[in-house]
Amino acid sequence: MSDRPAVHSPYAEAAQQRDADLLGMYVFLVTEVMLFGGFLSAVSMVRVLHPQEASSAAQHLNLWLGSMNTAVLLTSSLAMALSVQVSREGKRRPTIIGLCLTAALGLVFLVIKGVEYYQEYREGLMPLSDGIKPLSKPGEQLFFNFYLVGTGLHALHLTIGIVLVAGLVWGVFRSRVQLPHRAVTVEIVGLYWHLVDVVWVFIYPIFYLAR
Amino acid sequence: MNGSLPFWPEQASSHAAQLDMFILAFSVLVALLAIPVGILIFVFAVKYRRNKSVDRQHAPNRKVWLEVSWSVLPFLAALGFYIWSTALFFDLNHPPSGTLDIFIVAKQWMWKAEHPGGQREIDELHVPVGQAVRLIMNSQDVIHSLYVPALRVKQDVVPGRTMSLWFRAEKPGVYWMTCAEFCGTDHSVMGGKFYVQTADEYAAWLARSGVDLSLAASGEILFRKYGCSGCHAASSVVHAPDLTGLYGRSVALANGQTVIADEQYIQDSILLPQKQVAAGYGPIMPTFKNILGEDEVIQLVAYIKSLRQASWRVK
Amino acid sequence: MTVGATLETSPERTSYLRAGYTLWSWLATTDHKRIAVLYLYSITAFFFIGGIAAALMRLDLATPGGDLLSNEGYNRAFTLHGVIMVWFFLIPSIPATFGNFLIPLMIGAQDLAFPRINLASWYLYILAGLFTLYAMIVGGVDTGWTFYTPLSTLFANGYVVAALLAVIVVGFSSIFTGLNFIVTVHKLRCPGMTWSRLPLFVWSLYATAMILVLATPVLTMLLILVCVERVFGIGILNPDLGGDPLLYQHLFWFYSHPAVYIMVLPAFGVLSELVTAAARKRIFGYWFIAYSSVAIAIIGFLVWGHHMFVAGESMYASAVFSFLSIAVAVPSGIKVYNWIATLYKGSISLDPAFLFAMGFIGLFVIGGLTGLMLAMIAVDVHVHDTYFVVAHFHYIMVGGAVTAFFGALHFWWPKITGRMYNITWGRITAALIFLGFNLTFFPQFILGYLGMPRRYHVYPPEFQVLHVLSSAGASILAMGYLLPFIYLLYSLRHGQPAGPNPWGATGLEWTVPSPPPKLNFAETPVVTRPPYDYPIKDPMSRE
Repeated sequence: MSDRPAVHSPYAEAAQQRDADLLGMYVFLVTEVMLFGGFLSAVSMVRVLHPQEASSAAQHLNLWLGSMNTAVLLTSSLAMALSVQVSREGKRRPTIIGLCLTAALGLVFLVIKGVEYYQEYREGLMPLSDGIKPLSKPGEQLFFNFYLVGTGLHALHLTIGIVLVAGLVWGVFRSRVQLPHRAVTVEIVGLYWHLVDVVWVFIYPIFYLAR
Repeated sequence: MNGSLPFWPEQASSHAAQLDMFILAFSVLVALLAIPVGILIFVFAVKYRRNKSVDRQHAPNRKVWLEVSWSVLPFLAALGFYIWSTALFFDLNHPPSGTLDIFIVAKQWMWKAEHPGGQREIDELHVPVGQAVRLIMNSQDVIHSLYVPALRVKQDVVPGRTMSLWFRAEKPGVYWMTCAEFCGTDHSVMGGKFYVQTADEYAAWLARSGVDLSLAASGEILFRKYGCSGCHAASSVVHAPDLTGLYGRSVALANGQTVIADEQYIQDSILLPQKQVAAGYGPIMPTFKNILGEDEVIQLVAYIKSLRQASWRVK
Repeated sequence: MTVGATLETSPERTSYLRAGYTLWSWLATTDHKRIAVLYLYSITAFFFIGGIAAALMRLDLATPGGDLLSNEGYNRAFTLHGVIMVWFFLIPSIPATFGNFLIPLMIGAQDLAFPRINLASWYLYILAGLFTLYAMIVGGVDTGWTFYTPLSTLFANGYVVAALLAVIVVGFSSIFTGLNFIVTVHKLRCPGMTWSRLPLFVWSLYATAMILVLATPVLTMLLILVCVERVFGIGILNPDLGGDPLLYQHLFWFYSHPAVYIMVLPAFGVLSELVTAAARKRIFGYWFIAYSSVAIAIIGFLVWGHHMFVAGESMYASAVFSFLSIAVAVPSGIKVYNWIATLYKGSISLDPAFLFAMGFIGLFVIGGLTGLMLAMIAVDVHVHDTYFVVAHFHYIMVGGAVTAFFGALHFWWPKITGRMYNITWGRITAALIFLGFNLTFFPQFILGYLGMPRRYHVYPPEFQVLHVLSSAGASILAMGYLLPFIYLLYSLRHGQPAGPNPWGATGLEWTVPSPPPKLNFAETPVVTRPPYDYPIKDPMSRE
């Protein structure tokens, strides 16, 4: 393990740089909270104003797959948290394993989501589907459209997270991210991952449990 | 058209006069808050010019009582105006009873009006002087906004909602009526004339533009033509709510809520019947959204409004 | 007194302008000073484009019949003007140029917290700018900068999605800038630079950064919804599906009202610096001014409904928003009174920067008080969506923020470029801008009260006199804006080299050479004195 401290200008000390990196990620996460917060507030309004339509539209969502996805994502966060822990202890191999597990579970989530979307397409729930539309009441299609946008945005953020984790695996593997000196890099990717998880924790009840 | 007073439009109503007085009074406050600032900048810039020897001892950096007073006092003054303005605003939101109701449809890029007697006009609106008038407005496409500067009133017309605006015009004349919410290509020319007429003139105009049938009678014909009576008649085998005396009544909905049956409710029941299903009835009414035009919906609403207890029979 | 002669003995002490002449050294720079200059060039270019759109509009409005542009053409012109001026000029203007350049210098740091993210924010800005130019060239957008639905989702047939993507991308640029500023101010202050010693410019940019970070994502999300509805038909705001056009307005103004504070808070920060330097006196009421910036940022998030008084908002909500809108005016008033009090017993020099500051105060006071008028609902019912509102926001944004930008330019130009410009021309420009501006926009208050709606280029002939006055004013204003191009650019080559502190002002930025070296400080500064510590014994020294 190299003793080279990784401090770039404009920082004078490693601790200062580490603090700045963490604060930077926290501030970024605040922006994500505002992004999804705005969206989820809008959905909550729809649920309050059109409770019946929300409920009947939610019946068409696959509760099993949604719940399974919740479990997958929560487990991936666990893997992420463990990676952060071992990275702080400077253990390269366990960190890489933990990160790979995190990314793999993220991919599983995306696959399950893809299956759900496909099912919904087959049932004619998508807004541009042809044929008989099971979502005939105006509020129902609206609720379902919110579901599409919300889960779509979430999936986009998850994909970015997977890419970040993959990049991090590469960086640790090639020793460009020195552990434990630059464990903060793992930590900030971890923070992002946990946010994506937390967002899902709100999306799941707002949509799937509206029934 | 406008009697052009240079700084404000004609005052066609007492609300307009009140608002002008408000603005004048508020301008006095603005002057009181702004002019000292302007004067002091100049005075200080001259008196304390660099290289001018003048007493600069004990220049203050902090005087909390001063800071607090120049924050609190203007704020209190503004609050006084807030109360006055909010009172005027509440007036605008509380029409008196017995208004003359005129239906307005806004569409790209024209204003259509229908008087209760069925008279229609496009890009013009005739109203009698001294009468409280309520405009019941819908949009067929995008957001528009009906604005009559001489009355100092304006209301956005939002698609999917029914909006209302009331006024009492007190000065006969011809005024400008415009669309005040950007609505596309011809927004700039979506204006018209607003005529305030004496009672005689108005009656004459009504007679001239009269239609054989009043709005409600046209609505009755549509009610039969589109088969509404097939379900809603007393003798129907289909279980559908009786519409007699419906307007203004409170209705219990299937989801447990209770609403008042106003114009919006009746219109929604025709176009979006699943939105608020009455308690005790199934959601089986089909929508007439792609079947009826806005004008026809207005006629049907007028007809249903006119169904009083025991005076009309639905056959 | 040494004149501009900082001995360049070692590579780190080379001026940042000379540390590399290649294009790549500029395009791949992480030096906050160079990034500030990159932004300065870009926003100037966009100001020019937005200004041309304005010129077309004012020319068309000189006659009542809409003779110059077609209806469609005029709609595209004002949309372009709004989109470019708001997102590509005003929002980045002071933060991305002066904020980027000065914050590290003012707090004694070598750079911002995340130099590469700083560069990324400029690239995102340029990318977004290219999208906008693309949308403009292929035919334009005709929805207004506010993109109200359902017009923008279902009815507009311009290049709406390209414009929306541009705004989404430039939003990320804003977020990165704000994020950088927040972390910088928290983590990179030099020893002794406590919060109570921060220049007020930094305080106001900190408050601005808070708004950038909290408000912009809401707009991003909203515009994504509009794009998704337009491109994929996933209806969220569509009234036919039960969607509510008012939802769009609530979310839009939830961002856009704080956005106007993004535009004006940095201007307030500039003013505090200009006034203290011109008067060579400590600021009156430091903490009141510092906290008023924070108060404006917070209360500014609570007033968005005042844009919707006639939109169908509930009566009670309107009453609450009206009250809060009055409250938000109070901290701004505090600042203005404090600046005036700072002048009392000062030692005032009428340099161009100070003249711009005076112009700001005059114009901002009118703009702010007419805003207070608009907060009164009964008034707003009459003048909403008329030229009264147009005049109000131009007084604040142009009379306020742009004037402050020019004041900042004239104040920090010697620091940024190492050259002094012709002072007399600077004074003439300040006067021209003040006069031209008032002539352009004061008649619009009257037009608005008379009932002339916004976004109209056809109007009753009796309004023509006022429109002609306004257009005439616009030509004078344009001259005022063009003059600096001449004398400031001239100074780059022929201006006197400027010393480290040509104005005799306090602040760490004035202790380094002009232009600053690539590495800001040879040794980390240690601050022991309060801010605006006038009178300074030797304006050239700093201890």
